[in-house]
Amino acid sequence: MGFLEFFYAKNITPGEAGNYTWATIYILVMFALASIAVMLMTWLERKIMAHMQIRLGPMRVGPHGLLQPIADAVKLLLKEDIVPTKADRIVYWLAPCAVMVIAFATYPIIPWGRAHAVTDVNIGVLFMLGVSSLGVLGIIMAGWASNSHYPLMGSLRSSAQMVSYEIAMGLAVVSAILMTSLQTGTGTLSMIGIVESQMAQKTWFVFNGWGLGFIAFVVFAIAMIAETNRAPFDLPEAESELVAGFHTEYSGFRWSLFFLAEYAAMIGVSAIAVTLWLGGWLRPFPNLLSGNTWDIAFGLFPALTFVVLGGVCIALAIKMPGIVQLRIQKFGMLAFGLLLFFIGVLFAVPGVRERVQDIYWFSLKIAIFMYLYIWYRATFPRYRFDQLMKVGWKVLLPTALGVLMGTALWGVLR
Amino acid sequence: MPDETKPNDPTSPEAAKPAEPKAEEKPAPPAPAEAKPAAPATPKPAAPAAAAKPPAPTAPAKPAVPTPQPWETELTARLKKKYGSGIRETSTYLGQNYLVVDRSLAHEILEILRDDEDFDYCVDVTAVHYPKKEEPFEIVWILYSFPNNMRVRVKTALPEGAEIPSVFDLWPTVDWLEREVFDMFGIKFTGHPGLKRILLPDEWKGHPLRKDYSILQQDKEWVQINLGIESGQ
Amino acid sequence: MSNFYEDIETKPAEKTFLDSSELILNMGPQHPSTHGVLRVILKLDGEKVLGTECVMGYLHRGVEKIAENRTYVQFNPYVDRMDYVAAVSNGLGYCLAVEKLLNTEAPPRAQYIRVIMTELNRIASHQVWLGTHALDIGALTPLFYTFRDREEILKIFEKYCGARLTTHAFRIGGTQYETYEGFEKDCLEFCDFFLPKCDEYEELLTTNRIWVERTKGVGVITGEECKALGVTGPVLRASGVRWDLRKAQPYSSYQDFDFEVPIGLNGDTFDRYIVRMQEMRQSVRIIRQAVEGLPEGPIMAKIPKVLKPPVGEVYVSIEAPKGELGYFIVSDGSTQPYRVRVRPPSFVNLQALDLMVRGRLVADVVAVIGTLDIVLGEIDR
Repeated sequence: MGFLEFFYAKNITPGEAGNYTWATIYILVMFALASIAVMLMTWLERKIMAHMQIRLGPMRVGPHGLLQPIADAVKLLLKEDIVPTKADRIVYWLAPCAVMVIAFATYPIIPWGRAHAVTDVNIGVLFMLGVSSLGVLGIIMAGWASNSHYPLMGSLRSSAQMVSYEIAMGLAVVSAILMTSLQTGTGTLSMIGIVESQMAQKTWFVFNGWGLGFIAFVVFAIAMIAETNRAPFDLPEAESELVAGFHTEYSGFRWSLFFLAEYAAMIGVSAIAVTLWLGGWLRPFPNLLSGNTWDIAFGLFPALTFVVLGGVCIALAIKMPGIVQLRIQKFGMLAFGLLLFFIGVLFAVPGVRERVQDIYWFSLKIAIFMYLYIWYRATFPRYRFDQLMKVGWKVLLPTALGVLMGTALWGVLR
Repeated sequence: MPDETKPNDPTSPEAAKPAEPKAEEKPAPPAPAEAKPAAPATPKPAAPAAAAKPPAPTAPAKPAVPTPQPWETELTARLKKKYGSGIRETSTYLGQNYLVVDRSLAHEILEILRDDEDFDYCVDVTAVHYPKKEEPFEIVWILYSFPNNMRVRVKTALPEGAEIPSVFDLWPTVDWLEREVFDMFGIKFTGHPGLKRILLPDEWKGHPLRKDYSILQQDKEWVQINLGIESGQ
Repeated sequence: MSNFYEDIETKPAEKTFLDSSELILNMGPQHPSTHGVLRVILKLDGEKVLGTECVMGYLHRGVEKIAENRTYVQFNPYVDRMDYVAAVSNGLGYCLAVEKLLNTEAPPRAQYIRVIMTELNRIASHQVWLGTHALDIGALTPLFYTFRDREEILKIFEKYCGARLTTHAFRIGGTQYETYEGFEKDCLEFCDFFLPKCDEYEELLTTNRIWVERTKGVGVITGEECKALGVTGPVLRASGVRWDLRKAQPYSSYQDFDFEVPIGLNGDTFDRYIVRMQEMRQSVRIIRQAVEGLPEGPIMAKIPKVLKPPVGEVYVSIEAPKGELGYFIVSDGSTQPYRVRVRPPSFVNLQALDLMVRGRLVADVVAVIGTLDIVLGEIDR
């Protein structure tokens, strides 16, 4: 196909079409957007946690701290690169790279829309789970290379935790896969296929199965928090515990790579959850509230979101005191607000509206998950390691098995 | 306060009310603040000499100084019967009872207090240094009895360089308390499971709470070696 | 407990750390659990704690020696600096002890003011405890809530005596400052403001499954062990012994107030948490009663300008937020005390650490240190 014709055809991903140019463009765009998303996550985490703790969070670096991620990145880049003397230099260098690469390796098949993925493989989910499990390798490498027994113990604990929770994750995923086979008689592992089967069955899998889908979703949601070493399962990397985590000996840019990888992994597993249970890129209520008017109404959501965000920014900018020191910030916030507003207006234009739909709904669902991650971190205390393992093996695993068998039974009886 | 018996209350010619030995809850300050009905409405810290100066006698009536009173109860009777002169003194001062015992009997008496008299809680172990006395150190044990809601002090005098048996086997709480006494005074407790310094560094020389250790004194060597500075002062 | 010293000196860990034999782990003088500079040496078998040894003295300032070189009045500000979180209680104990030596008592109005200030300080101290303890266990948010609400108390302190933390609120013989205009209103407003906040803290933590799992059964100590170890305060009460010096040997007109002494039944961390939360509520009760019953009158007893207590010694103790805080003062008739001994509750309570963490996991050590509510200023003096 011609270069631009491919772009307007938009019902097939470049990988499937064999169009390597567009595939490369998509990869670059995706990598850039993922990096921006991760940076945005760092800002969001600090702001949201701060507001939950009745304080403000970063406010100075840029209006309301919006430039804080850039400041953090610059600071970390400029830090002294410390390598422990007896550390295994190659492995020490390799570990953060490995973790970063593995975290981003799941991104090509995340379906942001029917045609908005780099490619679609027919073993999509298996690929995602498998590659995200490789993250354990990076962690063990980090702990080993530090040549100090505290990081090693921390990394071993972290890997034990990740491995235990992967089993529950896998079983929950299998029960979702089973549901894909209901309509057509043959299930599919491909990410796009799963969403299309939800589209065909006219329901999100989370509502399927008389609550079985919901339980499977909840099991996966809990397991994915443990998988990414986030609160309340963040003992291996907690600061106030004795044995600091696997990244103790890392500072500066290497440390930031670990944390970016953690956020990227969070987005990756959330994407699996969204795809499997929350209908991927489908808008809410595709069968209940169908019809042209509803389509257009839901279609205006992206525009509405950005317009509201822009309005909020402009309101905050107006509320800022007009003193000399804050003038630049006020102006910046105003400009940012206007930018968001105009993007919103742009999204309301009919041509653009349809193209933005899929990506918007997928991103919104991922954003909800990110908010939940941050909310859990602000609210819950930490599990002790033995309690953590107990939850993984004694609670989640039997539940996931039960749900699997239940789903199978329900599918047969239908 | 439960244990208290007030000694003779101070009187002055101006005070309207006589001294009441059993003034339990009423505050009876030496100066007759309450006795003056025309006491100033604005409460001010009293200038005692000026306010309390009685007009008539040439020598102002001084408030009677409280002195230790003898303390005789069944408890002391039992102890005195058993140990006789080993119990050098049983007194009460301002309502607080104490015993002074021979140091050889200290451990035994403390054991009896714990076992028979229900003093199951050792509040504190401390020492006081009286360099002018012939037995300069005075070890003080403060005991409390939960069943009887009673506190008692047991004191004993210790010559320089002498050791005293530890009561760790009676109350485990004295573990660190005795270590602190050793740290600050240099008094060794025999039978203590691990008597070493607790608040000061292990290699510190000198025992600061002794009266011959000046307040500006320091172990200069330790400071120079470990802190790298000339002096901590 | 007595064998630990021999073990740690004669049997060092000979195998490498990969064999799960004994490992000596150092929780260094500086660590993120904000309790001060305390060094805890742990002897571990894998994750299990076999024994602990505490090394302290990093904050030793020689307060007892200083006392022998200052007059009674000059020493008063020093006592705040020991348990700096609950400075008012320290001041109260010292003033009561010297007043006992002088055989006087503060006038009723001063006593009531003292009670109000002390109970406010008890709430503030427990708030610091709650915030830091929750932070150690991983709940990041209660810290901000408790410190934010503690600000209200510190505002009252600042209005009353000019300082927020080391207040030097009382003088020997009474209080120096009369209550400021609006003191009663502020205190009552605080009481109304605070009780819903207490509910808020409990909502975040008490029914939280993770909190309960982290604290129930952790650091258990029985009442008998507490008494033998000399542990007092909320730790003793959570182990089932209903003993509070404010009730057993009332001082400073505590007998006029009606309040309850909460106890726990299991002696674990969760019970200590509940006991302290309840104590905060009881303190609110006391403050209300004290403010409403605040008598008129002088605030300072008539004591000589130059304090020369007669020769003798006294031991006076109060129920500080952390336990029994005692002052043993020996007077030789001069203007300076001959010996001042401070019996710090945290010092004696910390001895229980070894008993409470034996056999438990490393992660529990931090929780137990937090639940003991220690302040190094008091331990080291």
